Amino acid sequence: MRKMLAAVSRVLSGVAQKPASRVLVASRHFANDATFEIKKCDLHRLEEGPPVTTVLTREDGLKYYRMMQTVRRMELKADQLYKQKIIRGFCHLCDGQEACCVGLEAGINPTDHLITAYRAHGFTFTRGLSVREILAELTGRRGGCAKGKGGSMHMYAKNFYGGNGIVGAQVPLGAGIALACKYNGKDEVCLTLYGDGAANQGQIFEAYNMAALWKLPCIFICENNRYGMGTSVERAAASTDYYKRGDFIPGLRVDGMDILCVREATKFAAAYCRSGKGPILMELQTYRYHGHSMSDPGVSYRTREEIQEVRSKSDPIMLLKDRMVNSNLASVEELKEIDVEVRKEIEDAAQFATADPEPPLEELGYHIYCNDPPFEVRGANQWIKFKSIS
Amino acid sequence: MAAVAAFAGWLLRLRAAGADGPWRRLCGAGLSRGFLQSASAYGAAAQRRQVAHFTFQPDPEPVEYGQTQKMNLFQAVTSALDNSLAKDPTAVIFGEDVAFGGVFRCTVGLRDKYGKDRVFNTPLCEQGIVGFGIGIAVTGATAIAEIQFADYIFPAFDQIVNEAAKYRYRSGDLFNCGSLTIRSPWGCVGHGALYHSQSPEAFFAHCPGIKVVVPRSPFQAKGLLLSCIEDKNPCIFFEPKILYRAAVEQVPVEPYNIPLSQAEVIQEGSDVTLVAWGTQVHVIREVAAMAQEKLGVSCEVIDLRTILPWDVDTVCKSVIKTGRLLVSHEAPLTGGFASEISSTVQADPLECRGSLRPSREGA
Repeated sequence: MRKMLAAVSRVLSGVAQKPASRVLVASRHFANDATFEIKKCDLHRLEEGPPVTTVLTREDGLKYYRMMQTVRRMELKADQLYKQKIIRGFCHLCDGQEACCVGLEAGINPTDHLITAYRAHGFTFTRGLSVREILAELTGRRGGCAKGKGGSMHMYAKNFYGGNGIVGAQVPLGAGIALACKYNGKDEVCLTLYGDGAANQGQIFEAYNMAALWKLPCIFICENNRYGMGTSVERAAASTDYYKRGDFIPGLRVDGMDILCVREATKFAAAYCRSGKGPILMELQTYRYHGHSMSDPGVSYRTREEIQEVRSKSDPIMLLKDRMVNSNLASVEELKEIDVEVRKEIEDAAQFATADPEPPLEELGYHIYCNDPPFEVRGANQWIKFKSIS
Repeated sequence: MAAVAAFAGWLLRLRAAGADGPWRRLCGAGLSRGFLQSASAYGAAAQRRQVAHFTFQPDPEPVEYGQTQKMNLFQAVTSALDNSLAKDPTAVIFGEDVAFGGVFRCTVGLRDKYGKDRVFNTPLCEQGIVGFGIGIAVTGATAIAEIQFADYIFPAFDQIVNEAAKYRYRSGDLFNCGSLTIRSPWGCVGHGALYHSQSPEAFFAHCPGIKVVVPRSPFQAKGLLLSCIEDKNPCIFFEPKILYRAAVEQVPVEPYNIPLSQAEVIQEGSDVTLVAWGTQVHVIREVAAMAQEKLGVSCEVIDLRTILPWDVDTVCKSVIKTGRLLVSHEAPLTGGFASEISSTVQADPLECRGSLRPSREGA
């Protein structure tokens, strides 16, 4: 009866009425919030960890759902555009890992800082850029967030330091940002992400030592998606307990497919850092559906059955959706509406990203140095000159 | 194509200028206005699309090494590694993802053939890989390390420059890591951008104690790689990644060596010496053909092959004959290896001074 009423009211009143009818529906039917149990985190050098239950409000739930669905659709659209050769070069997709980027953002403030490696499209979105800017950057157009000059691996936003191509190189940078946070005294933290492959790089351990020695507010986060490109963690690491690798740095291992688990762990870690106790390490156990990059089919080192199993049992969007529907925080139709809206948003953004012009060739030499007077840069031969200004 | 067109333009001016006098005026800042206009016309056309262009030019089938097989560059590398592991029981191959065959398929089949204790993966740690390789080599075993892209070699730079290069010297020849060879895909590929396109040979050229080699083709690659592996000095072997599939040639199945530190004169000529290495050799060959056809300029084409120590004699001898030198490489111009060649050629007091005006073309 209610559904018919809502449907009738929608039909009669057109699009503008939709929000009203939804509010009407909400106040009559949905719960405001619900309490969920989440998996206990494994702890290293910590007496207690994040709570095992958490409260999710309807508003937050819908927000997280929308964000995760946007990241998912955006990555799938990037896949499509890549196959159509509209996106070229390298493209590392993070579908399957949405709970990590959305969950981390949910646990920190916009004034906190974040730095990650090249699987960065999701983080670029959660840190505040629009899908339009991200897709336009992927297609290398002037509407892109790095003006079309950075591409997939080099996207930046306020308090988001990329987007870094060289594996592991961003971790000492993250420690440095954390030092700046401590120095500025504004109670900010820095989330420094790296993958399971990068965890074996020497500079990570150098960063651990510096952060612990100087008690920097740095949350080291290892996004363990079980494969470093094509190498499984068992074959690359003497110890796959990445949360313990910090040794003298306390650590926790988090279920990275459950957004609420990620959120609570992040809140816990951020509180730990903000209290001045020094760095902390989080391992997010997650999974990526795509291969390492678009040139990797992703099935030569793992079975399709494994991918399918993760998709059907642990998909982060599905998990959140089930929780919300089962606890009456939202209806299936409502979430479907969000899906439709997200799809449209991505479609529009892809349209823009395909139609936007490329950056003008004159700008090729810009921003090499920071210079007061502009200077000339030689091109591929001595008669081609580009002006370089900053 | 644009680079080739600009090149041809340069040669046109060269020819028009004649031997010495007017040509001297045209160099450097003293360009005439008309000259500049035509240059900018070239510039405008050239600026439209800067995509790398070359056509791989295979060498004729070698007859002196026995039976040959059609191979591309990565297959030639596999063949060289196969020969090495067969001949030398202490040889091991290691690097990121080499076990399944490597991201460029250079080590396909070797693990099955020689076992997992001779062909194995390392974790993601370039500094560790090279340091570990130096250790293996110091004990006398043959270490063939792979750095997945030359762009990633920089964490290992300290190990190469400070450890590998100086081991023999600082131990008074008591120890050495001469049986270390580092292989790495090198050079532009079109879509590589910042971190899959670099040509870092100039950084290593600044370091005595190591050898740096860049082949231009499958036949050259196999012979040079085998020479590097057998050479008693640590060697870095850069493989032009764009040639992995694009370059196909007849390559001998049996092992053979191409000597290091010997440049090859691919084509004789009398008007100008063109020097290049790796992929750029094929661009230069095309330019030489265009120059001959359109301008009647006879170019002598030299493939440098070994960057360090480089074959000064061959290049100087050629320049004495032609009187003009042009060096072309993909790496950035400033401090690129062409600057070393050009300054050495000009500095040679006996023969070269006075009649030479070398020009550098870099990326």
